[in-house]
Parts: sequence; structure tokens; C-alpha cells
Amino acid sequence: MAFKKDPQVFGAKITEVAFGADGASAVFGGGNTLPLYSFDAETRHRPLVGIEFSDKGPDRSLPGLAEFYEGADSLTDVAARACMAQGADFVSLVLESADPNGDDIPSEDAAALAKEAAKAAAGSGKPIVIQGTGNVDKDQELIPKIAEALQGMSALLLSAKEENYKGIAVAAVTAYGQKIGAESSVDINLAKQLNVLIAQMGIQPADYVMNLGTAAAGYGFEYIASTIERVKLAALSQNDDALQMPVITPVALDAWSVKEAVVSEEDFPEWGPREERGVQMEISTAAAALAAGSDAVILRHPASVKTVSELVTALV
Amino acid sequence: MALKGIDIFKLTPKTNCKDCGQPTCMAFAMKVAQGTVQIEQCPHMSPEALDALGEATAPPMKSFKVGAGGEEYALGGETVLFRHEKTFVSKPLFAVSTSPDEIDATIIGVCKIDYERISERMCVELVYIEYAGDKVAFAEAAKKAAAANRTLVLATSDADAAKEALAVAAEGKPILNGANPSNFEAFAALATEHGVALGVTADDLDSLHDTVQAIEKAGVKDILIDVGAASIKDAFAKAVQVRRAALKSGDRSLGYPSIVNVAALAPGDAHMQTALASVFILKYGSVIVMDGMSYAQALPLYGLRQNIFTDPQKPMTVEVGVYPINGADQNSICALTVDFALTYFIISGEIERSGVPVNLLIPDAGGYSVLTAWAAGKLSAGSIAKFIKEADIESKIQNRNLLIPGKVAVLKGELEENLPDWNIVVAPNEAVSLVKFLKELEC
Repeated sequence: MAFKKDPQVFGAKITEVAFGADGASAVFGGGNTLPLYSFDAETRHRPLVGIEFSDKGPDRSLPGLAEFYEGADSLTDVAARACMAQGADFVSLVLESADPNGDDIPSEDAAALAKEAAKAAAGSGKPIVIQGTGNVDKDQELIPKIAEALQGMSALLLSAKEENYKGIAVAAVTAYGQKIGAESSVDINLAKQLNVLIAQMGIQPADYVMNLGTAAAGYGFEYIASTIERVKLAALSQNDDALQMPVITPVALDAWSVKEAVVSEEDFPEWGPREERGVQMEISTAAAALAAGSDAVILRHPASVKTVSELVTALV
Repeated sequence: MALKGIDIFKLTPKTNCKDCGQPTCMAFAMKVAQGTVQIEQCPHMSPEALDALGEATAPPMKSFKVGAGGEEYALGGETVLFRHEKTFVSKPLFAVSTSPDEIDATIIGVCKIDYERISERMCVELVYIEYAGDKVAFAEAAKKAAAANRTLVLATSDADAAKEALAVAAEGKPILNGANPSNFEAFAALATEHGVALGVTADDLDSLHDTVQAIEKAGVKDILIDVGAASIKDAFAKAVQVRRAALKSGDRSLGYPSIVNVAALAPGDAHMQTALASVFILKYGSVIVMDGMSYAQALPLYGLRQNIFTDPQKPMTVEVGVYPINGADQNSICALTVDFALTYFIISGEIERSGVPVNLLIPDAGGYSVLTAWAAGKLSAGSIAKFIKEADIESKIQNRNLLIPGKVAVLKGELEENLPDWNIVVAPNEAVSLVKFLKELEC
């Protein structure tokens, strides 16, 4: 008895979302199979891999990262250098200094930084994803300012949450033609609710994506994996159009914040160099997020970007 | 395919004798259909009925054990393709690949990774020895690895080499990996003779399917499917399609655990091996073979495996007690949170980042998050005060400042009454604000 092939191709598909300006754009979504199941049907758009950098510059205490960004001192230089990372489909600016728990620079200044980075990225042919502070009050003020500063660039701005989506959606998408990420915290129902609310603002499906939450491998990642898997199954097998937006998962912040990537080699000699631990944590988390169904991941280290991009190439 | 309770009922003696422990034959049949009771519990079933039922009620994926003594591991037995549907039951095992020449160095490397994380031992469970043309050396390497208390995978498609190695290593219940469409007869005979699990591979799913059926016919019960090393794409496609055919389409001939050799898929590339191992932890790898295992790889991979193979219905908890962080001693402040592992990790991570010495107190809060524990009455002023008394905190720690989660700020007043010697400080609502808060805290 031969093996009975039973390809699982769905009638529904993930919405295609494009971001970036002419000559520096990327598209994700569009698939009608479970993620990475290129043996069921041809993959429409491969999952995207992005490289992030902070407006405060790279962590130059990590030798590999310092080498990669060597000589890149201004934000423009750093952004342009990030664009050169092998395998990066897009770049992502983290507005670290706007964080109210940190330097808390004014939104106008942060928007100017976003503009500087976005221009440098566009000049190098890459679209940009801007990550806000995650603080709902600050982002509510900050993201519309960024949207205004980046007019015409069709950048992807993260994130709008349940508490602040109204102002962000209207200003970023309706007024300035940017794309936004709808961020919910690891729950399919919360994700769906936020998507419906954003749709009710008149925002079209091609104008926003989902961030379903993040966690590093070993730190409750099962919730992330199961939420993404459930969202994909609902989107494809039940044709739930409130869950068909592509999923973007910024894994870098979590991966580089856990103990495994933070403690020094002096304190944990058997664990080896910190940089390698961070890279491996980032790779493992990103690969798992992609296997669960994320349509894009954001990483920090060029070595992780290279490997995860190669993984995607090998699979689709 | 699953039988309905009524079909099973027709095969029972219908005497309601209660020998099975159930009140009626009907109740028994229903429980069997649900899978909560085994058919063997009824002593009066006819052999014909048992045969018919055994076939029909057998799980879609075979489960068996490899290894012996303290190094025994379960494989297979999965019933769902996604963990949220029920739970994944047999965590993938990690193997490190080696040759007889490198066996000594490999054993030293493998034994370095051995630690505990949330009550689970994290180690390289298997040593994967590849035959390199010298039968004596192969058997010798098998002996050495067995002596290091590691379960073996004997990887060879040469039946004579397999025979020599099994002669010295069969006792430890290794996996023999090497059957293929051209040698399976000899391998099936060896596996049956020594009672070991047999790994089988083939270029495509059709011949894999045929070969597995032929091996089953030859009497081998414990089989693993090696998804091969033709390409990453092909290995992933095989792993998914095999598991899907078994669990979704009910194809029993593919209802076996898998072997995924990521060392062969990405030779010499530790980063890619980590990426692949992570993918295969989620998607249907049972034995994952790596070139080596460094701490930098083990930390995320074992953490990920532990996450994915937790029971979605049971939260992971950390042990109740005092956890000194950043070299905290009896004069350092105390902070309290719940025993839900995820909360513990987030909070302890943020405290570590702050660099401030803190004694983190973990009471029994039922494994819930802070707000849920509070709502369920598992985290109250009374329970916290009781924990501080029972764990004898006041004699262990001299500092009398206690940080409580911002989300249960409401407990402050009552805690001050219950713990009159203590200064109760309300910490921020969110863990992300903790670093700044601790650095600025003056206690």
C-alpha cells in the first residue's frame, strides 16, 4: 500500500500586507497553507526577517555586534549598516530613548530620529518597521508624530494596543498612509477583538498586521506558540477574516533580556561567552515562532538574522 | 479509527457483573471509547472480541520506551498535531552525533550539560554513534557510551556491524538506526532478536511506507522513522507528513516517532542546528541529533522543549521558598510574587537586571498569575503572613522591607496589620518598570 498524499490547502488565505516605499518594500502574508508547509502548496511570500537597532546605538560590549557596526556612529550610519546584514528583508528602529522608564525624550525628537533612520533605510533599499516604547500613553502621542514625520514612506509602526488604537489607527493609517501593528497579549480572543475594533475605524485589512505577543524560549513560549497556531488555524480552516492578518513577532527584546543572555561569563563561566548565548536564544526563539506560524520575526544580531533567513530559504 | 461506545458495548458480555469496576457494561464501554479505561479491565471479553477491539482502539501513534534502568525514555504516543488540542506527551530526546574515533571527547562534552530547570533534568539523553567502517571500533564505542550512562543510537546500514555492536550493547535497549528498503530483512531480524527499537529510512514516503509495513510484518514492534538528510526541506516535509498521516488520516504504518538528524542537515553549523532543532521541537521531531551541545544551545533548546511539552491544563510552578538574587543576604530587602513559573522567571529576570540584591519570596499561590491567584483567594494577606511564619523568614532575614506586586496593592493595609514589624512597599504594576523602581528604591 502506497503512502496516501493528503495536501492541506485551505480555501481561505492570510491577507497580503505590503510596507515600505518604491524600491524599498516588502510583502508578507498571502499563504493558504499552514506556515512553512511548502510541500502542501507553493508558498506565496516567504516569512520576513528583520534586523533591529536602537536609537541609542548597538551594544558595543558584544564583540561581534561591535565589529558589525564598527565606524557606524550616527543613527544614519547604524541604519545603513543594518541594511547590509545578510538575509535582512527589512530593518527596525527601536525608539529606546523615548521610553518613559528611561530617557523619556520628547515625542517630537523621537519622531525626528525615526525619520533619520527611515531615510537611511530607504536609501539602502530596505523598508522600515518602527518600534515604539510599549508604553500606551507615550505611544499614543509618539506614533502619530512618527506617522507624520514619515509621510509617504508607508512604514510599519508598532504597536497599537487596545488602550490606544483609536488615535494611532486614525493618525497613522488614515491620515498618513502608514501600516500599523495591532498588539495584544497572547490571547486569540483579545487579538480578534482588537482587529475588529481597528476594522471598525475603517482601516482596511491590507493596512495592519498582528503582534500576538512575545516571549523567549523557555519563558512561557508555549503560550506564544499555541496562540499563533490557533490564530492560523482559525484564519485558514474557519476562514475567520478578523484573524487573517499576517503575524509579526519581535523576538529580540525578550531574547536578549532573559538571564541566559544577560549574565556575564565571569559569573557563569561554564555557559561561555554572552554574545553566543544571546544569538542562540534569539535563533531558537525566532525559529520556533516561525514554526508556529509567524509571518515575520525581528532579531538584533546579524549572525541570528543570517541563520534564520537561511532557515526560511531552506524551508520554503 | 475510534470506535463509538455503542460498538464496544455490543462486544461486551452484557452481564453487568461489575468485575471491571464499572456499574454496567454500557458504562464500561463508554469509558473505553473515551480512552479513560483499558479494554483489558474486563475479564470476560472473548479473544475474538479483544482482537477486534485491540485493532480498533489502538492509539494512532505507537508509544514505547528506549534505554534501560535510570536512563529509560518514552517516545511516541502523541494524539494531537497541536498542543492546544490536548497535550504533547513524549518530549523529544536530544542526541549528540559522534564516530568511534571521537567517542571519548563526545562523552566528556555530553556529560558537561546536565542541570535542572523547573524540576526537570536537562541533559543529552542519547549518544548517536555512526559506523565508520571498523566493526570492532564501533562495538567498542558503544561499550564506552553505555558505560557513561547514556542511551545509544547505533547508526549503521551494515547489518554485520550492527550485530557486533548489539552483542555488547543490546542490554541498554539502544535504538538501532539503519534499516532501509534494501537491508530491512536483516535489520528486522536483528531488532527482534535483541528486542531493540529500529530506525528506518527511505528516499520517499511511498517506499518508506512500504518498508515500515514490511518491518512490521517481520515482527518488529518498536519502530522510528528517520526523516533522512536529503535536504532541510525534505526532512521537514517528511516529519510533518508522517505525523499528519498518522494522527489525521489514521495511517498506522506511519504512527511512529521520528529521528531528525540536524547534524547531517547542517553539518558544522551550530546556529542552523539550533534553528532546526527549534523547528522540530514544535513540529514532530522525536529524536533530534545534533553535532554537539553547548550551553549556549542547551539553554534555549531545553527551555523551549520544556515549554512546548507542558500540559496546557497544568501551569508550571516553581518551588515555594526564598530565592536570593544578586547575592542577597539577610540584610537585603524582600520581594514577593507567586509560584507560577512564568511570573517567577519574569520577575527574577528583572531583579537580576537591576543588579539590586533582593530576597525573592515565593509562597504557594496555586500556580496562578498574581491577579488570578488573588481572585482565587490563593494570594491574600493571610496566606502571605502564614508563609512568612512557616518558612521562618523572620529569623532568616533581618531586613523588614517587603515589596508586593502592584496588582495586589489592595493587600497593603491588611498585610501591615498581619505583619506589624514589616514595612510593606507596593512595587509597580508591570515587571518592565521593576528595574527602574528597584534602582531608585530607598529602603
